[in-house]
Amino acid sequence: MSSEEEGNITIHVPDAPFRPGDNPVFDKWKWSPDDLKKPPIDCESEETSAHSRGLVRVIDDEGMAYGDWDPNLEYKEILQGLKHMVRLRIFDDRMMKMQRTGKLSFYMQSLGEECIAIAQTMALEEQDWIFPTYRQPGAQFVRGRSMVSMICHCIGNVEDNVKGRQMPVHYTYKKGRFISISSPVGTQFSQAVGVALASKYKQLNEVTITWIGDGASAEGDYHYGLNFASVYKAPVILNVVNNHWAISTHYNMASGSTNFASRGLAYEIPCFRVDGNDFLALYSVTKWARERAKIGLGATHIEILTYRTGAHSSSDDPSRYRPSNEHEFWPGGDPIERLKIHLIKNYDWTDEKHLQLENEIDAEVILAYKEAVKHGDLANGPYPSSDTIFTEVYENVPWHLQEQWDEMNKWKVD
Amino acid sequence: MVQSVNSALSNMLEKDEDVILFGEDIGYFGGVFRTSDGLQSKFGKHRVFDSPLSEGGIAATAFGMGINGLRPVVEIQFADYIFPAYDQIVNEIAKVRHRSGGEFWCPVTFRTPAGGGIRGGHHHSQSPESQFTHTPGLKVVYCSTPYNSKGLLISAIESNDPVIFFEPKRCYRGPFYGDPHNVPTWKGHSEAEVPDSHYNIPLGQARIAKEGTDCTVIAWGTMVHVAEKAIKDSGINCELIDLQTLIPWDKETIVNSVKKTGRCVIVHEAPKTSGFGSELSASIQERCFYNLESPIERVAGWDTPFPHTTEWDYMPSPARIIDAIKKTQEE
Repeated sequence: MSSEEEGNITIHVPDAPFRPGDNPVFDKWKWSPDDLKKPPIDCESEETSAHSRGLVRVIDDEGMAYGDWDPNLEYKEILQGLKHMVRLRIFDDRMMKMQRTGKLSFYMQSLGEECIAIAQTMALEEQDWIFPTYRQPGAQFVRGRSMVSMICHCIGNVEDNVKGRQMPVHYTYKKGRFISISSPVGTQFSQAVGVALASKYKQLNEVTITWIGDGASAEGDYHYGLNFASVYKAPVILNVVNNHWAISTHYNMASGSTNFASRGLAYEIPCFRVDGNDFLALYSVTKWARERAKIGLGATHIEILTYRTGAHSSSDDPSRYRPSNEHEFWPGGDPIERLKIHLIKNYDWTDEKHLQLENEIDAEVILAYKEAVKHGDLANGPYPSSDTIFTEVYENVPWHLQEQWDEMNKWKVD
Repeated sequence: MVQSVNSALSNMLEKDEDVILFGEDIGYFGGVFRTSDGLQSKFGKHRVFDSPLSEGGIAATAFGMGINGLRPVVEIQFADYIFPAYDQIVNEIAKVRHRSGGEFWCPVTFRTPAGGGIRGGHHHSQSPESQFTHTPGLKVVYCSTPYNSKGLLISAIESNDPVIFFEPKRCYRGPFYGDPHNVPTWKGHSEAEVPDSHYNIPLGQARIAKEGTDCTVIAWGTMVHVAEKAIKDSGINCELIDLQTLIPWDKETIVNSVKKTGRCVIVHEAPKTSGFGSELSASIQERCFYNLESPIERVAGWDTPFPHTTEWDYMPSPARIIDAIKKTQEE
């Protein structure tokens, strides 16, 4: 019995299009950079209907940039974006290797999605707030966080700014207005609306950006966020990163619709679907959304179409649930490769320069790693003091915690 | 224990066609802890399937299926993630039998991996059983070994009341004696052998894991094994009770044991304040006051969020339990 026939007589349960052993086949993208025009900044949400169902692109399959959405950035700026992306990829690679040797308990890569947080954060102002998922650590590079500080967090040593309390990649970086990441998926999405409303109340020129995965968009928080943003016209940019996979769950299980972007239209929020591996398109749409938020017209909803090339986390083995070469057939390509080709074709970037950049960054990452492990790592310590279990639970330590704290000190193992 | 849970699910899918399984990543993939591995291909996609990432949606859907004659067994991937489902569980599923004058009921089982010891930090380590023992209408079960996980899970699924079924994830692949550097598998453990066929361990029945005369030690989940190690090292002849079911707890076994030993230590990894140890402690003194030779001791997690790097200073250790056992012997 085929699944369609089965669906007629019992519960319809969608499956992923391809599973291990299948030959992944994707249609070539039918969208090109000049398909969609920029709508007026004060447009009605309905005017973005085509944008939500199509795909906003700037860099085409050959690496050329054109169309209404081309942000016409200077070479220097695009190159800066490329450098951050390469930095993140090499950083991730080093962290995965350290995880395998026990220097950190767990890790999550951004592989294939490096472009997103980097392009979008670059399109914002430095006072704007960032409410990320665990796959947008790249925003911290844009906001100037040191790699050493990020590694110290991941390996849970005495210099970890969150004092060994959270799992790796659950970064907090207040200086960069980067909120503390929480494991329960989706919670940041609706919180971001509150941050944006507080900025509005204080009459500050601040916009909040947030992301949620395709999978987590099934959580209530996604819908709360859209609704509150719509009701109060919050200055917030609401992104759904559709990277195809939520651990083993394909996006066709997150929603009965294959389009995430257009869901915002029902809330009368302008909606765009954007090529998530296109640095210039992401930059440009984010700029548009920021401008609209700034002039008091409220939220923009963006679906970022990409593909999770890596495993969900270091604890995951995707070869159990998807063809291991699926990402090679997905038509969106690789964000770094695409930007590199764009730079080679249009500026004086070369393969040699790119290789040199990779080598330089590799050296930078190794240096940062060596510096970080001087302060300890998860395998060998030293760890943050176990006193940190009791501090900052409340503003002040109440008597019952003080008693337990004293008790713990009798039994310390670390 | 991964296999024993799988075996219980398989037996129940086979026995009762109203049993269906759903949850995040449990279908094709077989669950992030592999507890439903192979069940989708064996029983079909319509009986074992993935759900959207929506714990509230999972609980609400289970409510609907349950009152319409099905017996859903749903997985919440980590107990820490059960809270979006809390409203549906506490206000709906737990109360529907009562509020409808007995006309509707919802025989759903929520399976959820809980507890610490895996470097899971704040949100992959919590043990929220007392958030549910405080809710009338729910049964609450916490297994600890391959043998009891299967027998208890079958009873939970067969129960016509909703059950929150906690599986100590630290023990999926072996018992844990409090030493993170020495983690055995289940091989050779007295509770490791699990029959392939259907069997029940009744809900509401505790297990005397070790008989003794001088102190009653009550624990559940991972702490059963940590307490076992502590008892061994204490040199004191303790009786170890694996509570197994928290609601309704086994009054007879506990009361008889405490009347016999006159001393009691309660161990759990959830925070101490309003933990289930508080309820047991109060009830034991109500029922055994004149038999008690010393105050009841509680060894529990601290009243703080669960830490990442310093988790061994958070989880109750054999040393802390030994100290508590010794204190009960003093007076």
